[in-house]
Amino acid sequence: MPFASVRRSRSLDLDLDRCLSNNYLSSLASTYKTGAQLSLELLLQGQNYAGGSALPRSSLIPSTQARDAKPRLLLMGLRRSGKSSIASVVFHKMPPNETLFLESTTRIQKDSIHSFMDFQVWDFPGQLEYLEPSFDLEDIFGSLGALVWVIDAQDDYLDSVARLNRTILTVQQYYPGINIEVFIHKVDGLSDEYRTDTFQDIVQRISDELSDAGYENAPVHYYLTSIYDYSVFEAFSKVIQKLIPNLSTLENLINTLGNNCGFEKTYLFDVLSKIYIASDTRPVDMACYEMCSDYIDVIVDISELYSWDHPERRPKGEQIQEAESHVVLHDETMIHLMEMNKYLCLVSVIRNPEAKEKRGLIDMNCRTFQDALNDVFSRSWEQLEQLEQLEDQPSV
Amino acid sequence: MDARKKKRKVLLMGKSGSGKSSMRSIIFSNYVAKDVRRLGATIDVEHSHVKFMGNLTLNLWDCGGQDAFMETYLASQRGNIFSDVAVLIYVFDIESREVDRDLDTYNAVIEALREFSPNAYVFCLVHKMDLIQAEHRQRIYEERSTLIRSRSEHFYVDTFGSSIWDQSLYKAWAGIVHKLIPNLTVIERFLTAFAKKIDAEEVILFERSTFLTVTSVTSEVGELNPIYDRHERLSNIMKAFKHCAARNTLTTPASAGFVVMHTKTPQFNIFLGRFTDNTYIFLVVPPGEAAYNCAVLNTMLAREGFSKSAAAGRTDGFPLPPAETPEDTNGLATR
Repeated sequence: MPFASVRRSRSLDLDLDRCLSNNYLSSLASTYKTGAQLSLELLLQGQNYAGGSALPRSSLIPSTQARDAKPRLLLMGLRRSGKSSIASVVFHKMPPNETLFLESTTRIQKDSIHSFMDFQVWDFPGQLEYLEPSFDLEDIFGSLGALVWVIDAQDDYLDSVARLNRTILTVQQYYPGINIEVFIHKVDGLSDEYRTDTFQDIVQRISDELSDAGYENAPVHYYLTSIYDYSVFEAFSKVIQKLIPNLSTLENLINTLGNNCGFEKTYLFDVLSKIYIASDTRPVDMACYEMCSDYIDVIVDISELYSWDHPERRPKGEQIQEAESHVVLHDETMIHLMEMNKYLCLVSVIRNPEAKEKRGLIDMNCRTFQDALNDVFSRSWEQLEQLEQLEDQPSV
Repeated sequence: MDARKKKRKVLLMGKSGSGKSSMRSIIFSNYVAKDVRRLGATIDVEHSHVKFMGNLTLNLWDCGGQDAFMETYLASQRGNIFSDVAVLIYVFDIESREVDRDLDTYNAVIEALREFSPNAYVFCLVHKMDLIQAEHRQRIYEERSTLIRSRSEHFYVDTFGSSIWDQSLYKAWAGIVHKLIPNLTVIERFLTAFAKKIDAEEVILFERSTFLTVTSVTSEVGELNPIYDRHERLSNIMKAFKHCAARNTLTTPASAGFVVMHTKTPQFNIFLGRFTDNTYIFLVVPPGEAAYNCAVLNTMLAREGFSKSAAAGRTDGFPLPPAETPEDTNGLATR
């Protein structure tokens, strides 16, 4: 029974609040820290956290100064391994078959994604020898959240793996907090069997090298990707989720919401890139992900057609400011989409027949979730502001 | 012949490899653009019957375009092929190197058509426009259509630039089916009145399996929308999502579809729902929760009214599809 009553959903409201405060604190205290988070918290420890509440709540849109403190992503790999293609497909909505015409990158392309957390993708030209002393390592790897290394699986990858090993060793030595994410790319052209072999071979080679050098638990993760399906989005989602400080809070919130509303699977999407920054903790279902992400496309595309401005266009009454949409498919599956803020939207797949009759409740629960979500994020911006102040002080 | 069960003969002609079968498969057989690589050359004539809007059956003759076939069509089979034609769709390949020769063949076809079915509509599609650089497209297309017009005898010819890779294909085919639907004025009169009643910016009727625009009504305010190709783009968007839904719910694209879609944004509200057995209705209304719900309710009521009158057999007012073939809308049924 997905819904008890309206009263039940009130208890959800309370639940959300409680879960918000508990998890938020526990996530602060958790021992698992990513690089970006680590530096942030070390600085936080030095000051009175309670003082933060005195600060005015900043809006969700990050200020320009805060941007520097945000996690950065770096795309690296040998030339022609597909870095620019990945960046264009994921962040610029380029159709995969058009990436054939991309010119090869000759200098570092910094690409700021103005999303809810401002990720920077540095498209690093493959031929650059960045480990030479003439390059400032701090400039490249300082404040980096994750290093994404792209390997062309269709090509001879030994060279790339060797270079990656050298890079990992350097990075591990000076910046142990950086996540190393290895994309074994262009796997669409390989047969299933060959794909697994390649994967295992690459993993083996890298972990051997690492353990020889004495790093047993280096934060290296591997993904099989291709721009022709959703695997690259999925991989990026995983990469980015590791950089979100409040992920467990978000997941808890989504779980609570999903359980109360009878959602089969729920994703919190970044609308622009269609990367999901959090989802409920049920197993990932590629079919659900594909439908949800395509449904965002549908809504965005339709909005493009009808969101023109004209003084003659007047609303006819009251309506909630955020966009809301749902579709019922031929097999009675419902996909429900709700805009959370400027960057994020919540998309859920609902198969429970009872849930469909209670759309009012679902909407209300989603609104409650929205409040909680914005609460979570406004707190993290507070942290960032404090951080800036801390950073500013010594320089004055 | 029973007027309600009209069969219209549609000839699809053009040079070999110009893309006739490809576009037919995309529009009527739920292929996606990259699937058409699998298609081989059409041998002789492939007949197919396409149910469209229930009471209209398109009898599609896909004529293989190799020179040998062309000669037989124009000589020994002339009477068979060119009689009773309602629509001739002639496809030109924009990349063709023998423009003059193509036009000569076209002219011969037009001659034959004038002889056997002088009242047919003629549509010329200048196809594979995607191969031309975007900045030259309009100019080259216009040059080509002037050439085509000059070789069309007394026929009034509609030309479209098209490509299977974008929405232009839907624009061309929507234009074609628009000419074929009987009682269209009745449908349009109803929609105009309806749109006015519910204060809609735009009301569009889509055919169910092809998602082609059957007809649309736009209010004065709606006319100000700067995006002119929005209908085709909608067809494209919705059909792409239908394919996605089919893929992920493990059914064929033909049986996939939408029951209902609501979208509310601060700038517009959209409702998409099944209207008659073979159509979807697409409403665009200004924001306002109450007004929107009212419009949706009214649409439902109108729909009930139609299905009742269909059941009573009074189909004169609105060409409602007969209810006896609910499953037979799979698009292509080759005899």
